[in-house]
Amino acid sequence: MIAEKEKTSLQKREAETMNSVERTRSGKVFVPAVDIFETDEAVVVVADMPGTTEKSIDITLEQHVLTIQAKVEPHIPDGFDLQYREYETGDYQRSFNLTDSIDRDKIDAAYANGVLTLQLPKIEPAKPKKIQVKIG
Amino acid sequence: MFFRDILTMDPVREIDRLQREMNRLFEGTTSSGRRGYPAVNIWSNPEAAAVTAELPGYDPGDVDISIVGEMLTIKGRRQQPELNNGDHYHRRERAYGDFERSLRLPFAIDSNKVEANFKNGMLQILLPRAEEDKPKKIEIKTS
Repeated sequence: MIAEKEKTSLQKREAETMNSVERTRSGKVFVPAVDIFETDEAVVVVADMPGTTEKSIDITLEQHVLTIQAKVEPHIPDGFDLQYREYETGDYQRSFNLTDSIDRDKIDAAYANGVLTLQLPKIEPAKPKKIQVKIG
Repeated sequence: MFFRDILTMDPVREIDRLQREMNRLFEGTTSSGRRGYPAVNIWSNPEAAAVTAELPGYDPGDVDISIVGEMLTIKGRRQQPELNNGDHYHRRERAYGDFERSLRLPFAIDSNKVEANFKNGMLQILLPRAEEDKPKKIEIKTS
């Protein structure tokens, strides 16, 4: 069971003003909850972004900073009035600093059921080269 | 009147009474449910109610919806991916495990006509009001 104490942190976190960059779109911005794990080959970022589609997500890489952004259109059931609200809908934004060990040309993104998964492959360590000695 | 109340009041008993009152208050908040998981929005019109919830990463098969009278129960489970030996987490903010949440709806539901839709991590349940629960219009006859 998900403990009561953890539940409070399950509420969406609203983004603080992003590096003093002004937004040109009204509405709230949320920070998607993420898991980040590292395997032998890659660093994997898994982000909960309910209400997005694969087309509404923008992933940009600038210098060392990887940014996920998504526009979300509020979901309103047709012909209904809101009676009670626990969650709000808004855009998503979150940035990550990448280390030099990530191969930036091979970053891969997949989307399913409101979850974005980024595979950030590590640069293969330089393999010792074997030099054949030719017999002249 | 006021003075007489104070004079007849037993301070120890009064404190005890207050304490019980407070306990009762707090009990109320825990059992009647504070904000649980998942967070829901509830919508309505005269014919039906709708419940929407954000459930990213759940397959439709992982979520169970049941209705008894005016009570809607949503249950689900999200399994944590298994990591291989040597893999490790840097950050864990997403929740895993079982959840169960019950909501009292504003009216009785026709459970045969409930429709649930799950798309992009958003669950929407449409709950038509039971026919017998709908308000009846009573004509006034003029004699």
